[in-house]
This record gives sequence, C-alpha cells and structure tokens, in this order.
Amino acid sequence: MNSLILQTAVRYLLPLLLLFSVFVFGRGHNEPGGGFVGGLIAAAAYALYAIAYDTRAARQILPIEPRLLIGFGLLLALCSGMLGVANDRPFMTGQWYAFALPGWGKIELGAPLFFDAGVYLVVLGVSLTIIFALAEE
Amino acid sequence: MNLWLILPIVIPLLTAVITTLMYPTLRAQRWVSLGGATALLVAALGLLNDVWHNGIQVTQMGNWRAPYGITLVADLFSALMVTLAGIIGFAVAVYSLTSIDAARVRFGYYPLYHFLLMGVCGAFITGDLFNLYVWFEVMLMASFVLLALGGERGQLEGAIKYVTLNLMSSALFLAAMGILYGLVGTLNMADLARKLSATAQPGLVVAVALLFLAAFGIKAAIFPLFFWLPASYHTPPVAVSAVFAGLLTKVGVYALIRVFTLIFIQDVAFTHTLILGLAGLTMITGVLGAVAQNEFRRVLSFHIVSQIGYMIMGLGLFTPLGLAAAVFYIAHHIIVKTNLFLISGVVERMSGTFELKKLGGLYRAQPGLAVLFLIPAMSLAGLPPLSGFFAKLGLIQAGLPLEQYVIIGVALGVSLLTLFSMLKIWNEAFWKPLDDRRPLTEDRRSSVALFIPIVLLALLTLLIGFGAGPIFALALRAGQELMQPTDYIRAVLGGP
Repeated sequence: MNSLILQTAVRYLLPLLLLFSVFVFGRGHNEPGGGFVGGLIAAAAYALYAIAYDTRAARQILPIEPRLLIGFGLLLALCSGMLGVANDRPFMTGQWYAFALPGWGKIELGAPLFFDAGVYLVVLGVSLTIIFALAEE
Repeated sequence: MNLWLILPIVIPLLTAVITTLMYPTLRAQRWVSLGGATALLVAALGLLNDVWHNGIQVTQMGNWRAPYGITLVADLFSALMVTLAGIIGFAVAVYSLTSIDAARVRFGYYPLYHFLLMGVCGAFITGDLFNLYVWFEVMLMASFVLLALGGERGQLEGAIKYVTLNLMSSALFLAAMGILYGLVGTLNMADLARKLSATAQPGLVVAVALLFLAAFGIKAAIFPLFFWLPASYHTPPVAVSAVFAGLLTKVGVYALIRVFTLIFIQDVAFTHTLILGLAGLTMITGVLGAVAQNEFRRVLSFHIVSQIGYMIMGLGLFTPLGLAAAVFYIAHHIIVKTNLFLISGVVERMSGTFELKKLGGLYRAQPGLAVLFLIPAMSLAGLPPLSGFFAKLGLIQAGLPLEQYVIIGVALGVSLLTLFSMLKIWNEAFWKPLDDRRPLTEDRRSSVALFIPIVLLALLTLLIGFGAGPIFALALRAGQELMQPTDYIRAVLGGP
C-alpha cells in the first residue's frame, strides 16, 4: 500500500506497539496479558509495517528470521520446564531465583517468566511466518 | 523424580527445536533427526526396563499433586507402546534419510515428524484425560501438515477427508469430556476411575462411555467410522504413510483400551459386548475392502482397519488373556504394518507405480526384497511360526473359555481372507512375469537407507515369532495390570 499517512504513522506506532507488547507480556504474570497476547501485539506491529511498506521492508527491520523465533521460543519454554528437573523436582516445577539489583531492590525471576517469554517468541514467530507467507503469495 | 517418564516427550521436542533452528541446512537436519530418533528409542527402552523392574512409574508435572495437576504415568502397557513408537520412529527416520525430497525437508518435514512422535508418546504416558486430548491435537496437527506437505492433488483430497473426520472426532471427544467433568468434577484418569465406581447415575456414565467409544473409534478407525483411513493413507510419501499406519490408529486403540479398562467398567455386559460386535464388523468390512482393492497401499490401508478389529476384540473379551493378546497383537501389528508400507515404497521406486496390475516380475529382479515382503505379509495373515500366528492364537484362546464362537469364527475367516489378499499382492507384484517391455529401473537412489529399516523390522517380526514365549509373558503381565486398575489408581493417587 502506498499511503503517506500510514507510512508516517507506522514509524511512530511500531515502537509504541512493541513497547506495549512487552508491557502486556509483563502484566500477564498476575493480571490479564501474558506471552500469547504480547506476541500477537508484536506480530501486529510488524504486520502493520508490512502493510504500510512491503514484506521485504518488514523482514529487514526484523532482526531475525521468524522461523528461528519459533525454534528459540520452544527451546526457552523447554528449558524453563527442565529447570525443575535440574533441581531434582518434577518436570515443569516452578523455580525462583532472587537477585539484588542495586538501586531497585530485590528482584525475583522464575521459570514461569521464561516459559512465557518462550510463548511470546513462538507466537510472534508463527504469526509472522504465516503473515509474510500469505503476503508474499 | 523419574527422568525416564519425561524423556519420551522432551527428546522429540528438543529434536524438533534443533531441526527448526537448522532449517537452512537440509543435510544436518537429516542427521539430527536420526540422532533424535535413536535417543528416543534408547529412552523408550529405558522406560520399559524401569517399569518392568520397578512397577508403575508416576510423575506429577509441576509438582502439583494428583488429581489437581497433570500426571504422567507409565504402566507396562504404556511403556510398551512408547517402545513401539521409538522403534517405528527410528525405522522411519532412517527410511526418510533418502526417501524424503529436499522440498519437503525445506518446508519442515523433520520438525513435524518429531512433533508427531512427541504427540504419540505423550498420549501414551499421560494420566489425565484432558491432557490426552491435548496430545491427540499435537499429533493430529503434525499429521495434518505431514499429510498435505508437498501439495499434490491426491494428497490434498486425502487430507481434506482426514482433517474433517478427525476434527469431528476431536469435537466428540471434547464434548464427552465436558459431560464427564460436569458429572464428577475431575479429569484425572485414576481419580475418574475411583469416583465413577461410586456414581449414582450409571445410565449417564454409559452414555458418556459411548461418546468416548465414538470419538476414539473414529481415531482408531473401527467400524463404521473407518472410511477416512483408506481414503487418505495412500496419498502422502511412503515414509509418512508408514509412520501413520504404524502409530496413529494405534493411539486410538490405546485410548480405547485405557478408558475401557480403567474408567468405564460399570456396565461391562453392555459396553464390552458392543465393542466385541464392532470388532467383528471391523474385521469383516476391512478385509472385504482390501480384497476389492488393486493398489498396493490401498490394500494395506484396508488391512489396517481389519487388524484394528482384532485388537478391539481382545478388549471386548475383557479377560487378562484377551487384553494380553490385544497388547501382543498391537506390538506385532505396528511392526509388520509399518514394514509392509516401507516395502511398498521400495517397490514403487523400482517399478514407478503402486498399481498391482502394472507391477510384476519383482521376484526375478529382487529375490531378497521378495523374501523381505513375505515375512511381514505371512505374519499379517497369521501363518506359524510368525508373530501374527501367536497374536491370533492368543485371541482365540482367550475367546474359547468365554464361548464366543461367533467372533472366533469371524477372526479365523478374516485371517484366511487376509492370506488371500497378501497372496494377491505376492502374485501380482512379485510372481507374475512383467509383460510390458518396460524394464525395472535400477534406481541408484534406492540405497541402504531404505533397506536397513525393512531388514530390521523383518528381523523383529521373526524375533517376536520365535521368541513369542517371553514377549507373551510381557503382554500377559500388561494385560493383568490392565485388569487390576486398583494398582494404577494407587500409584497415581497414593493412599492404600
């Protein structure tokens, strides 16, 4: 599509949408949101860019091939499940690691976060693979 | 914490992930896939060994105790099924090395293949009904794509029938599960078994049982819901047909045996007699369909249906010996049937067709291949001393004390017809001289990778036949475990 308005708007919308997707992803820990919706929003951002310009341009600003995102996402989810096994607990048992972050306080990272990040990457990868494939037909 | 239980799920997933990440390098994908399939086979044997020595193995995923979390549980039957999946997964991974073309690999054949294996293994070791549904879906989605991958006309036609009917089956499964959950408020299989034995509404439970029978019956391809199978299995590449033929319907059979020995045993006189009747009809319709066919893989596909009847017959008899014979039959059948499909692929490579009318002269050109065909074919028909003979003998021995003479008669008659249609393939493809002048193409590509799995599976068939004693002992113990669900329930839920 060759719309100056859309092309200009997308330049501002893309970073906003990506930031929003990360926000939704983080919110999902205790409230509605999470990796699935977050991934969809991120995919929507790139899809919008592909509509405004074309898929080649969208592929160029994407730092990584969508198919690899699927692989890395699955790997991350699998590893988060294996964290429990590494600590001699059943598969998928939640594990928590606490860090002291200077100037912030204590921060706790857990297996669910990694799992959800894996979901985010898989959803982003799958959606973009489908959207790009359809757009390039 | 039992590592053996999660390995059959983790290994295929990891293999699928690695092959996804290596998507541009086709060669490397093939070898990673082979490595993953080997590891799965080793892990499956480890699980079988563990269950044989230490009894039923249980792990509660996420450390949520049953019935709240998802339980993974392997009794002898499950472990045996996982082992069979490992064997077939390995054999077909070797076969795929040279028989799957580069275009299909580029479109993700290997990740899908391992997702399929993951779904199959997951279905065998889950102890939760909803989780079983999820594994079914994993398996089906991978199989949808594998079936359609390549996009040939015949493939798409087969895929549409396959997808539609399997989606209907999934919908039935889901609906049945919803009713069941409304009834007792749990979906953990062991918990269901415990709660349903004290239910106040036996009529409703039987109705739900029949819904499950229909849902799993479609997946297992029993009468009258089998028609999607012969309509689709002859369309994809041979490696895909072979793994489907070996494993997918057997997951349906596994689910039937699992729920009708553990959960739905309130009204055995009704449900299991119905299953027995369906078994007889499945055998007859399947074999009659096969007799009418003239295409190599279509004949084999109809035989899958017919053979499913025998497995279900063991369930319908509902004695330890009957179930043991069913388990033995499944083991025998998975190996034999996959092998026959693999052989059909070699035949097609050499002659360029699956049509029996156009085939011929293979015995003269390839006597070794002819012998390799005869072993599984005669085993399928049940000729002693091959594995199929002992499988059928077990079923008949189980039926005699129950005086089920009709089904025994059907089983014997169907096995004669099976022999007839195996001989038809033999006569048409191997024995009859090839009358047209077109010479058999010496295909240089048809290499060791095609023959290794065929020889291995043929040896396994012989091993099951000549070593029937110890393997039947294993099946008998699995059958006894299935008839004693209290052990299973105690292993999952704990307590006395």
